[in-house]
Amino acid sequence: MTWLTEWACYLPQLMSGLGVSLLIAGISIFFGYPLGLVLSLMVTAKNLAVRTLGLAVVEIGRGAPALVILYLFYYGLPKFGIAFESITAACLALTWNSAAYSSEIMRAGLQSVARGQLEASNALGLSQRDTFFRVVMPQGMRSAIPGLMGVAIQMFQGTSLAYGIAVPELMKTAYNIGSQDFNYLQIFTLAGLCYAVISMPATWITVFFEKRMARHT
Amino acid sequence: MTIMLTLSAFSIGIVGAVPLAVGLSSSNILVRLASRLFVDLVRGVPIIVWLFLLKFGIQIGTFKFNPVGAAIVGLGVVSIAYLAEIYRGGLQSVPRGQGEAAHALGLTGGTTFYGVMVPQAFRIVSPSIATYLTGLLKDSSIASTIIVTEMVFQSQAFARQHPTVEGILPYIMVGILYIALSLPVAYLSRRLDSRMRKAVSV
Repeated sequence: MTWLTEWACYLPQLMSGLGVSLLIAGISIFFGYPLGLVLSLMVTAKNLAVRTLGLAVVEIGRGAPALVILYLFYYGLPKFGIAFESITAACLALTWNSAAYSSEIMRAGLQSVARGQLEASNALGLSQRDTFFRVVMPQGMRSAIPGLMGVAIQMFQGTSLAYGIAVPELMKTAYNIGSQDFNYLQIFTLAGLCYAVISMPATWITVFFEKRMARHT
Repeated sequence: MTIMLTLSAFSIGIVGAVPLAVGLSSSNILVRLASRLFVDLVRGVPIIVWLFLLKFGIQIGTFKFNPVGAAIVGLGVVSIAYLAEIYRGGLQSVPRGQGEAAHALGLTGGTTFYGVMVPQAFRIVSPSIATYLTGLLKDSSIASTIIVTEMVFQSQAFARQHPTVEGILPYIMVGILYIALSLPVAYLSRRLDSRMRKAVSV
């Protein structure tokens, strides 16, 4: 019972942290998806320079831990006179991360479009633009949806790493409250529940979509 | 330290996930629901929260986790949940007829499971396990937040001592090191996969 009453008075403070977490996650997804699409096109481009650049951006974004990229933006770049506020640095780093992950999923989705579709639109005399935007993309993106939802959940959880660069998000708020009265167990359990309450149903919805789409194709 | 952390947590995960995967595909609905809840709960909470919970939250009498212990246990438990989900997918993808055939041949439940189902499932999931291992390698960087002296922690210490332009170097080097470390895992997994494929086709 005491846990519940204490949780009740922590909750308002945590909610403002959760708001910051959701904001960062939202921004990194909002910019990450379109950037991911551009990257996936770069990686499959014919031009070697474009392809190499795209591959480098994707591989670093996926291969290096998100925490390292966060530190690079927040602690590293200021040494060159490029300084960000912690929230901006978190948004930039996580956007890179989400763009890299979503580009791989989109590339797989776009490549899964049957070859005959391309040949058919070519035979019908559609321009390359129309082929891409009206034939390939609608079909490819459809199969990429569950994967992209997975990236969104991953990004929401990834915002907890912004704790490392002192962004006042959910984790940092929890830590601050905890260090005031040393109720670490209660406060981190509550913070964990906040994350779980959002990501668990989101995962279930993703699985539901996945199953539904598997049925249709 | 990074490699030690990753391998310890991975060993915990790869063993601990077996009973959980069995629970996930159990025919008893209570066992299945309990395992499902555990897996989803562990996966629904970010790793950093688990680490802080273990490091700062747990205090039983005089016992407290030291940073490395908390990191290994935390990453281990998370690995158990993720790997159990991967195993379950593998077990499910083994055709039903295999189990029925084993039963018809009069094999015991244990032999059916370990002699028939597991080898086939393992072949299917080995690439996913390798992918998870490279993910775990990257996630071990989170242990730096609870003062485990692994790669990221060391690079931060270096950057603090060198507040000039060269202070950016450790972050870049560490980033490249992570990518470089995940390459041999990807290579070995591809070798293992192609060898097992050959073994099947013979």
